[in-house]
Amino acid sequence: MNGIHDMGGMHGMGPVQHEKNEPVFHHRWEARAFAITRAMGGWGKWNLDASRHQRELIDPARYLTLSYYEKWVEGLIQLSVKAGLLTQEEADRAKRAKGSAKQVPPMHAEQALTLVTKGAPAIRNVTAPQRFQAGQRVRARNINPTGHTRLPRYARGKVGTIDRDHGVYVFPDTNAHFQGEDPQRVYSVRFSARELWGKQASPRDSVYIDMWDTYLEPA
Amino acid sequence: MDSTRRGFLAAAGAAAAQEAAHAQDHSHDHDHAHQVVPSDPALRVKALESLLVEKGLVDPKALDTLIDQYENKIGPRNGARVVAKAWTDPEYKKRLLANGSAAIAELGFAGLQGEHMVVLENTPKVHNVIVCTLCSCYPWPVLGLPPVWYKSSAYRSRVVIDPRSVLMEFGTEPAEDVEVRVWDSTAELRYLVLPERPAGTENMTEEQLAAIVTRDSMVGVTKVSVAA
Repeated sequence: MNGIHDMGGMHGMGPVQHEKNEPVFHHRWEARAFAITRAMGGWGKWNLDASRHQRELIDPARYLTLSYYEKWVEGLIQLSVKAGLLTQEEADRAKRAKGSAKQVPPMHAEQALTLVTKGAPAIRNVTAPQRFQAGQRVRARNINPTGHTRLPRYARGKVGTIDRDHGVYVFPDTNAHFQGEDPQRVYSVRFSARELWGKQASPRDSVYIDMWDTYLEPA
Repeated sequence: MDSTRRGFLAAAGAAAAQEAAHAQDHSHDHDHAHQVVPSDPALRVKALESLLVEKGLVDPKALDTLIDQYENKIGPRNGARVVAKAWTDPEYKKRLLANGSAAIAELGFAGLQGEHMVVLENTPKVHNVIVCTLCSCYPWPVLGLPPVWYKSSAYRSRVVIDPRSVLMEFGTEPAEDVEVRVWDSTAELRYLVLPERPAGTENMTEEQLAAIVTRDSMVGVTKVSVAA
């Protein structure tokens, strides 16, 4: 979707505010929000792509004013309601509905540790055609899907060069909508800064973007 | 709680106001200089956690474990050890640049949001810098959770279109003939910058070197300096 989250190349966002000796979490609620979100993912009712998409669906004006973990909480509540883990009324009132079933068992501490240390690989051990080779010129397709995509607007229609083939990975555009993993090749594509931004950009600089096979066509 | 209250935020705010024995209109709360109740997100998250625990959906001990990992076990000191080893062991550096995940795992670092690692070497002619313009993708096992600036609209919007001005704000000024490469983490690959080893560190041990490697240098917004 052409959402507010797709920020590459926008103007007007001001200087980067760097904080010295920044803590991992600025408030305890941020730590709890982070952990709750991760633990709730353990129910397997949604995936990483769906959770990213849920945050993209936040109203654009709110997206810009909510803090990072407020967006996580917003996304988590919506995902939980959609998945039937919470009712809308429970979410609204922060109170368990009478007679609602208790879910068991939640992710326990050892499982949480396994999640952190083992991760959740997105690579898939399946064959997929390698349509492009390193050094080949490609064009990022000009697509404007209303659902989830990881093809940023600033690259659409632009011509770049295949830098390397990363292997075969889950495709977020379908996975975010529970339409299957559709594993396909991901390539790193080098775009010159001038191709992306015109003559104002440095002639030497470049942006490397990871692109699924579906996003590309020969140029 | 009053069933006519609408929304989580209002419900949580009401509970806190009761605790504080405040009986006034909450719509003015944020204008008060002397705030006696915690900020809204704090209440909201507390209420959410209680609800999820009550419903059996989360185990507070699992939450404590997750927080402890990222506050105390996982962070940029991990990445600094990788960099220091690459600076002192040419064979390790080769392995690191050829297969980031495997070489990083040799030091025991792996896991969530670092399943597929790629290491980018900064040289006198190439300066790499990492971003996620679409959200906040960041290599957790080696750098921990991302700082606020990395997740900010300013950084995400600007570093792809005007990397040199962003680098300048961090005090980094690559020469005209240096190629600045910005890596937008749009997929599940996670990037770590291998910064240049500064001059004057020839006699330092691997441990001493690790101590001077900063988080920001491994994102690529700064260089490593001995004074650091």
